[in-house]
Amino acid sequence: MLRLLQIEFIKLWNNRASKVLIIAYFVLLTSIALIAAIKFDIGPVQFHLADQGIFNFPYIWHFNTFVTALFKLFLAIVIVSMMSNEYSNKTIKQNLIDGLSKKEFILSKVLTVVSFALISTVFVFVVSMILGLAYSDYNELSIIFSDLEFLPAFFFKLIGFFSFCLFLGILVKRSAFALGFLILWTILEQVVFGLMGWKVMSWDAARMVKDFFPLQSMSNLIKEPFTRLSAVQNIGQQIGEDMKFDYHVYWYEFLIVIVWTAIFIYLSYALLKKRDL
Amino acid sequence: METILTVNHLTKKFGYLTAVKDLSFTIEKGNVYGILGPNGSGKSTTLGIILNVVNRTSGDFSWFDGNTSTHEALKKVGAIIERPNFYPYMTAIQNLKLVCKIKEVPETKIQEKLELVGLWDRRDSKFKTYSLGMKQRLAIASALLNDPEILILDEPTNGLDPQGIHQIREIIKTIAGQGTTILLASHLLDEVEKVCSHVVILRKGENLYSGPVDSMLASHGFFELRCQQMDQLKSLLEKNASFGKIENFNGTLTAYLKEEMDAMTLNKMLFEKGIVLSHLVKRKESLEEQFLTLTKNN
Repeated sequence: MLRLLQIEFIKLWNNRASKVLIIAYFVLLTSIALIAAIKFDIGPVQFHLADQGIFNFPYIWHFNTFVTALFKLFLAIVIVSMMSNEYSNKTIKQNLIDGLSKKEFILSKVLTVVSFALISTVFVFVVSMILGLAYSDYNELSIIFSDLEFLPAFFFKLIGFFSFCLFLGILVKRSAFALGFLILWTILEQVVFGLMGWKVMSWDAARMVKDFFPLQSMSNLIKEPFTRLSAVQNIGQQIGEDMKFDYHVYWYEFLIVIVWTAIFIYLSYALLKKRDL
Repeated sequence: METILTVNHLTKKFGYLTAVKDLSFTIEKGNVYGILGPNGSGKSTTLGIILNVVNRTSGDFSWFDGNTSTHEALKKVGAIIERPNFYPYMTAIQNLKLVCKIKEVPETKIQEKLELVGLWDRRDSKFKTYSLGMKQRLAIASALLNDPEILILDEPTNGLDPQGIHQIREIIKTIAGQGTTILLASHLLDEVEKVCSHVVILRKGENLYSGPVDSMLASHGFFELRCQQMDQLKSLLEKNASFGKIENFNGTLTAYLKEEMDAMTLNKMLFEKGIVLSHLVKRKESLEEQFLTLTKNN
């Protein structure tokens, strides 16, 4: 297993573009701390974002995992290209000839993806912990360690998304087209949802079906955290809007994402096995 | 003798096209094999199948004693298929280190093999800066990293300039001299003739011949003769039962033997009949001629 990771590491780390993107990604993960520095000072209106409670435990777990998950696109580029470059350089052929089995080849990619997700999760945990300890209004241990389910949610969300990228890389074989396909798919999910709700079934039923779509199920894992902020809640109450949303992570949401992950990895393997190179 | 590869009734279909048809042959340790065939005769497909990159339609093949999985067996094989494929952004050393990881061999051989192919001085240059000849030589170095039981080369001199072709041939000869089994696919017959002891001849995916180069045709060779009394010579030879076809081409008579006869006997016989030769050569058909005969007759 270590050997497979090392193989992938050599391939990635010696590629300048991948290296820059990976470093940029982790710098961005850290830079979420900079939000703390956002301060508006316009005469009577003084606004310091860090004072608005976004760094309060346990809300910070939700907020940080949601925001950092947006940066996953950087790694998506790396992952799609690490897969499709093997095709365009024909190195996949050479790897197999040199004695890597097709299973090992896929496994080395999957292990890399899992490592990316794991390192990101640890990163987010550490950054959030530091930020929280610095700015949070509540520092009781029981509060700090509540709502931690957002971390596994983050982890599985990344793994799911990255396996989708892996699969697209293998399917399309060209990184630019694979990324295009990813964007197309995002739009497609919404279009299908719209069509279903409009013509086929009720909007509620359509919404339920949509929750099973791969990208939608991944985004369901961590719902948007902004309406949970007390400031936003206050505004909502003033304009008479009921802002009761359900932010929790449910087991079946995990399950859907894990099933999709398994499907994507299996399909990648099946595709590789079936194809003549 | 130790068997390295056994291929049994291998068939590969691409849709309606049958690229390899019911192909069987074995590779024994220590010989140098050539796979011959015109373009599109299924050479590369056959190699692709035994190297795990092309799926077979039917039939089977086994490496070594047949107890190892293909990808484990491939760690003991060195192979180069068509174009050299490496990571363009990595240097020679980095690329070879990666191959060592895949083949699970120590990195200690890298220097030795790079020196063998004459690339040690360029070891820290990126692969994409290499010329085609250098890329091909790096591919050979990479295939040799594990000191393979068998080296498989698919058109190794394709697209190279004469100098590059010469370098690759020298390397192949050196390796063959060390006793490594080699399987060389090529449509360049003189190339195969120079290094191979055994051949497998394919046409449209079918096996026409497999065995030693020498016994490819049941042929005893032919004489090239010249003298002043050509017509007399011709009629004399036509009466002799040892000769088959006799051709006169540009003033040289080519007489094909039906049974063994050496040049001395013929010379003596003709001299006794009063024919004095000005030119006498006994030759065997070149591989090219044998190959064309084989592929034509069938």
